[in-house]
Amino acid sequence: MAGKTLRLEVVTPERMVLSEEIVSLIVPAIEGYMGILPNHAPIISGLEPGVVKYKVDGNYKKMAISGGFLEVSDNKATILANTAELAEEIDVKRAQAAKERAEKRLHDKGDIDVLRAELALKRALARLKAAGQG
Amino acid sequence: MATVSDIKRRIRSVKSTQQITKAMKMVAAAKLRRTQTAVVAARPYSAKLKEVLSRLVASSPDFKDPLLEVREPKKVGFVVVSANKGLSGGYNANVIKKAVVAMAQHRDQEVGILAVGRKARDFFRKRNYRIEGEFLGISDVPTVVEAKELAEVVKTFYTEGIYDEVYIVYTEFINAISQRPTIKKLLPIEAPQEKTEGELDYLFDPNPQLVLNQLLPLYLINQIFSALMEAKASEHGATMTAMGSATDNAAELIEQLTLSFNRARQAAITQEIAEIVGGANALSG
Repeated sequence: MAGKTLRLEVVTPERMVLSEEIVSLIVPAIEGYMGILPNHAPIISGLEPGVVKYKVDGNYKKMAISGGFLEVSDNKATILANTAELAEEIDVKRAQAAKERAEKRLHDKGDIDVLRAELALKRALARLKAAGQG
Repeated sequence: MATVSDIKRRIRSVKSTQQITKAMKMVAAAKLRRTQTAVVAARPYSAKLKEVLSRLVASSPDFKDPLLEVREPKKVGFVVVSANKGLSGGYNANVIKKAVVAMAQHRDQEVGILAVGRKARDFFRKRNYRIEGEFLGISDVPTVVEAKELAEVVKTFYTEGIYDEVYIVYTEFINAISQRPTIKKLLPIEAPQEKTEGELDYLFDPNPQLVLNQLLPLYLINQIFSALMEAKASEHGATMTAMGSATDNAAELIEQLTLSFNRARQAAITQEIAEIVGGANALSG
C-alpha cells in the first residue's frame, strides 16, 4: 500500500477523534483550502474553522473543525484541532441556533466583539456545511 | 466506667460514620477512574503539540512572540491549584506548602496569586497574600473550556506586564496512593527542546512566525489543562486514600468498642449473679 494512502489522525485536547488510512485530504488552511495527497512533503500549517474532507474507499467524508494545526510528515497527517466533530456527530439544531445568534449580533453591531462573533459564525457555518445543511 | 447502653450508642455512631466514609471512598474512586480515562485521552494531543512546537523552534530559533518575551522579573505570578473541599488527607496542605516555599524564594520581587480552588484562596486570603484572581468552578473532570478561561487571565496579566513571570503550583499524579506537589514555569514559555531526527525540512504555511503565534497560546492552554487534570486526579486519589483509611480506622474502633461492650455486659451479669448469690447466702445463713 506504500505510496497509495496516508494515515490521518485527528486529535483534540480531550480525545483522539479519528485515526484512519485515507487516499486524500482537504483542509481549511489559513490562506484557503489545501489538498494533501500521499507522499506530501513535510508541512506544518495553521487551520481556520472549516470543513475537513477526506477520501476513504472512493467516498468523501466530512468533519467540522474549529481551527487548529495540520502536520504532515512521513505519510502521516495529524490534525491538532481545538474541537472536531464527524459529520454524523454534529448537532445541527445547535449549530443553526449558533449561526443565527452570531448573525444577529453582527447585524445589530453595537459595542460587541466583532472578531469573536465572526469566529462563532465561521464555526457554526463549518458545522452546518460538514453536516450537509449549509 | 461506660455503661452498656453508652457503648452501644457509640458503636452505632461510629458505624454510621464508617458508612459515610466508605461511600465517599467509592465516589472518589469512580471520579478518579473518569479523570484517568480523560488524562489518557488527552495525551496524544499534548505530545503532538509539543512535537510540532519543538520542530518549529528548531527550524529557526529567533522568533518573536509576546509569550516568549523574557523580562527582568519585578512581579511574579503564582497559579496555585487546590481543591474546593477538604477530607482528602494532606492534599491541600502539601500543595499550599509547596507554593509558600516557592514564593519565599521570590522575596525580592512582588508576588501575586491566582487561586484555583477554595482551599488555596482561603489560606492565602487569611494570611494577607495578594490574591488577584480566583477560580472555584473547576469540575471533577476538567474541561478545555475551564483551562482556556484560566489561560486567558494568565495571558492578559503577562502581556500587560503585570506579571513578568508566571508559575503554576499543582499536584502531580503518580498513582492512586502517591501524589507529588510540583511547580512549573508557565510564562515566558520555554519551548521544549526535543531532539529532532535530522528531518528539518518542513514547509510552514503561511509562514513559521504566524504558525508560532497561533501555536503558543494553544500550548499555554494545554500546559494549564494538563496541570488541572493532574491536580484533579491527585485530589480524587488523595480523597480515596484518606477515606479508605478512615473506613479502616472506624472498623478498628468498632472492634475495640465491641470488645468493651461484651466485657461490660459480662461484668454486669457476673455482678448480678454475685448479688443474688450473696442475697441467698445471707437469707440461709
